[in-house]
Amino acid sequence: MAKYLLLKHYRGGPAPVLDIDPMDHWAPAEVDAHIQWMRDFATRLTETGEFVNHQALSPEGTFVRYGGEGRPPVTDGPFAETKDLIAGWLIIDVENYERAIEVAGAYSAAPGPGGKPIYEWLEVRPFYGSPPTIAE
Amino acid sequence: MNETLLRELIPAVTGVLVRRGADFATAEDAVQDALLRALATWPTDPPADPKGWLITAAWRKFLDATRAENSRLAREVRVAAEPPPGPAEAGLTDDTADTLHLYFLCAHPALTPASAVALTLRAVGGLTTRQIADAYLVPETTMAQRISRAKRTVAGVRFDEPGDLATVLRVLYLVFNQGYSGEVDLADEAIRLARHVRSITADEEVSGLLALMLLHHARRAARTAPDGTLVPLAEQDRARWDTDLITEGVAILQAALARDRLGEYQAQAAIAALHADAQTVDETDWVQIVEWYDELDRLTDNPVVRLNRAVAVGEADGPQAGLAALKQVDPAVPRYLAVEAYLRERAGDLAFAARRYGDAARAATNLAERDHLTRQAARLYGVARD
Repeated sequence: MAKYLLLKHYRGGPAPVLDIDPMDHWAPAEVDAHIQWMRDFATRLTETGEFVNHQALSPEGTFVRYGGEGRPPVTDGPFAETKDLIAGWLIIDVENYERAIEVAGAYSAAPGPGGKPIYEWLEVRPFYGSPPTIAE
Repeated sequence: MNETLLRELIPAVTGVLVRRGADFATAEDAVQDALLRALATWPTDPPADPKGWLITAAWRKFLDATRAENSRLAREVRVAAEPPPGPAEAGLTDDTADTLHLYFLCAHPALTPASAVALTLRAVGGLTTRQIADAYLVPETTMAQRISRAKRTVAGVRFDEPGDLATVLRVLYLVFNQGYSGEVDLADEAIRLARHVRSITADEEVSGLLALMLLHHARRAARTAPDGTLVPLAEQDRARWDTDLITEGVAILQAALARDRLGEYQAQAAIAALHADAQTVDETDWVQIVEWYDELDRLTDNPVVRLNRAVAVGEADGPQAGLAALKQVDPAVPRYLAVEAYLRERAGDLAFAARRYGDAARAATNLAERDHLTRQAARLYGVARD
């Protein structure tokens, strides 16, 4: 088994397939349907023994760095619309890469306005595993 | 009674329930339940007859579960009335035959490798779902579902259906190679189960696998530096190898090889034994190791074997010969770039090797290897600067 991070972006990545309004412009029932669909998706992955974790992130992000000896940290941001912005993630533990792609493809079909799939781009990133004991 | 001894009783207890007429899935759940109760109560209230206690507790749990179903009456009557099916294998006790069937069922070819591993660790290894989840870094609910799906997959399989030992060995190999991450040491657990399978079968490859595990386990203390970094075989402090494990592994391997039924695990163990035999890395008998890789290549169709063979050829006949051997390996094989970097460095092409180590680091699938390869690249760039 191998763990993969399915990364959702508010911005960044390839150009969106559909020009969809931000979620706060959807009908309340559409928002509810979308959220319920995401929950059900995680439940199904638990049932297949592949779910590890999922979290959503607020868009409010601040960059922080060391400010130098005796100085407070330096902060920067929030950033303009052009910046890549992570929205959340789903972590799965699956048999192989092909299965990770299959899960990501299905996850991308979450419903949006009118209950239609939103065709969201997801970034699939493998986790590092543990080194095998028998290597030679 | 410690937890390991308790867990050793688990497969036999499941076997008793199945022989009394319980279906495998329900029996296994009932035994897991009895195990959890035993773990909670035995430390303060140890039973006089641990196995009898587990059988009684699991059987009660099984009856409770069965009663909860609609067909309870018919089922209970049937269970109570049916004579226990007898074991088929001549010369095996009921317990032993049942336990072997349990191994076969848990490693059934219909299961994915990950579900076979999980089911084996629980039904035969007697680990709790939480411990298995912890070892494989997934939530307990996910691991519970993985196990119950695995049980559904084999639900239609007859408990005493003859199995293939090779599938069991493959599962134990996977458990061993996972190494250590949670509270349970999976390498120890794989060795314990391999010893167990060896005690109830007579197959040279079981001995080969056990020897392979022991010989690699012997190097465990030397394999990582105190800060957790990976120490490659050539740089390991061989004084820290466990000589008892090596002696045992070699003896088991020799007895198996003497029976002249070679298989891939015996060949792999032979290579590990040749490494173990060398007091220093310079004393390594690379010529014999290459011969064993040739043997292994005949036994398996595994590109990783050909990659490792190229390393051995490089040591036996020089880096140019190693690079020639590497030409026959698919570059898509994991660790190909790392091997190429190593052989190019030995051949004196330091600039190329430095770049290749960097490429190999980016392609690594685990952090320990990535860090090791990054250090190799940094070392060579440093040589180039000086």
